[in-house]
Amino acid sequence: MNKKTIKVLVPAGALGIPFDKNALINGIKQKPDLIAIDGGSTDSGPYYLGSGESKYSYSATKRDWSILMEMRAKAKVPLLIGTAGTCGTKTSVEWMLKITKEIAKENKEKLKIVTLKTDLSNKFVLEKYKTGKIKPLEGAPKINEDIINNCTNIVALAGVEQIQKAINTNADIIISGRSTDTAIIASLPINHGLNIASAWHGAKIAECGALATNNPNSGVVLLEFDHNGFTITPMCKNTKATPQTVFAHMLYENADPYILFEPGGYLDVSNAKYKKHKKNSVRVEGSKWYNKKPYTLKIEGARLVGFQTISIVLIRDPNYIESIDKWIDKLKNSFYRKIKNSILVDVQLELRKIGRDATLGNLEPISIDINEVAVMAIFTANNQEKANDSAKLLNPDLLHLALTKNEPMPTFAFPFSPPEIDKGPLFEFCFHHVIEIDNPKEFFQLQFHKT
Amino acid sequence: MKTLSKITKHIRSKNAGPFWVTVDLFFKDKDSFFYACKNISNEEVSNILKIKRNHLKRFDIENLKVIKFSFPRKNIQGSRLDRDMHGASFAILFEKLSV
Repeated sequence: MNKKTIKVLVPAGALGIPFDKNALINGIKQKPDLIAIDGGSTDSGPYYLGSGESKYSYSATKRDWSILMEMRAKAKVPLLIGTAGTCGTKTSVEWMLKITKEIAKENKEKLKIVTLKTDLSNKFVLEKYKTGKIKPLEGAPKINEDIINNCTNIVALAGVEQIQKAINTNADIIISGRSTDTAIIASLPINHGLNIASAWHGAKIAECGALATNNPNSGVVLLEFDHNGFTITPMCKNTKATPQTVFAHMLYENADPYILFEPGGYLDVSNAKYKKHKKNSVRVEGSKWYNKKPYTLKIEGARLVGFQTISIVLIRDPNYIESIDKWIDKLKNSFYRKIKNSILVDVQLELRKIGRDATLGNLEPISIDINEVAVMAIFTANNQEKANDSAKLLNPDLLHLALTKNEPMPTFAFPFSPPEIDKGPLFEFCFHHVIEIDNPKEFFQLQFHKT
Repeated sequence: MKTLSKITKHIRSKNAGPFWVTVDLFFKDKDSFFYACKNISNEEVSNILKIKRNHLKRFDIENLKVIKFSFPRKNIQGSRLDRDMHGASFAILFEKLSV
């Protein structure tokens, strides 16, 4: 039966980010209909999607998840995690399932768990690409068949239609692969026929937990959705949501603060009104939702582009610091001379001057006197052996390369032995695209598990 | 002429997905906000970022006393030539900007 209000409790911006346990207990007292938390995003870079690994430690994830499982048992409502294990691939969903089963076993808990995997095969994406069903978003990189074939993982971001299906199984715990940060919160109110625009809008405001309040580290917020709007209330004592803190969250990580594209349509908050409500809450109404046809899901993929080794050398000699650009050019020339006509010919070298412009590169506007510079040499090759071998090839130059012929041989400072550090695979994000699909509700399969 | 760091409370830069960066300038008061709205030129902002003028998006948000700039990253987040995974350092370039 449809409810007139739906309460969603969001414990933190992501599983692994600290939250206030007392605030969570307060939240449970408000009798939420769902506890929803995000498990990741692309925020930390392409390695996680490329490798299918989690950014957060196993033990920290298990510790935080067991608190949420304990709260779920108290509240007797479903607990939902989206984008499980940072990247939301099938391996990270399995990783999260394993943690959940371990905790259930330790607590002798009988649970019904459902998993939603959102991986797409390279073959499927290639077919869609060939039939023109993959469309670029603004600022998308160029793609081709090779790029699609070289992806180690491709995922689609599940929307409300897919998450609803998982919720409707009445599972105790739902572990979803990659999903939009908002869909995991918006699904239940939309499922109950409540205001669609407000469901998405409230979800966007709470996707980073208490970041939309004056006490971001407290984590826990409660959202109440109805037919006209939503209300956000922080659950930590002495914490306030204000119209300013709530509206300001539309700026965060959003290229456009008014329009938010989601699976199946877009949200426009240009005319939304944010009003102070009771002591600590904010009431929001007036956003609009527009359906879009054909139905699309955003896709993400990472491909393996090489393997890297890095070497670091420290320069303390003032003469060399003064002529650092000249020295770096000399190093580069020496390196490319050495690899010419060898099997290392296609290795790429990049030299960054830590202390000068390693962060901003050619955008750096400031030049000040400094007492030391670290030169970080980054070698990228098509396998790890070649990356490491080329770093070894440059080792003598990094240590001793002289600027002029007539000076005594200089020796710079290596901080480690060996100075070469194998960094492993380098992945690159390759999609800023959507995929057109015909059957939103049936697009992914659910898997059922019991403990 | 004032530098932006003098008339803002805070300047924040952040990746908005792997392909975009967004910079939020939070002004101290309405006067500073309106002064900046008039005097920050998109051309100058494009110059400090070394991007094409038509790649820059701008939002002047009076309610929040915020000017927001968004632009596509020159190097995709985490790709071989990228230097700053979360794009937070672009804020520094704005602090010194004279308006």
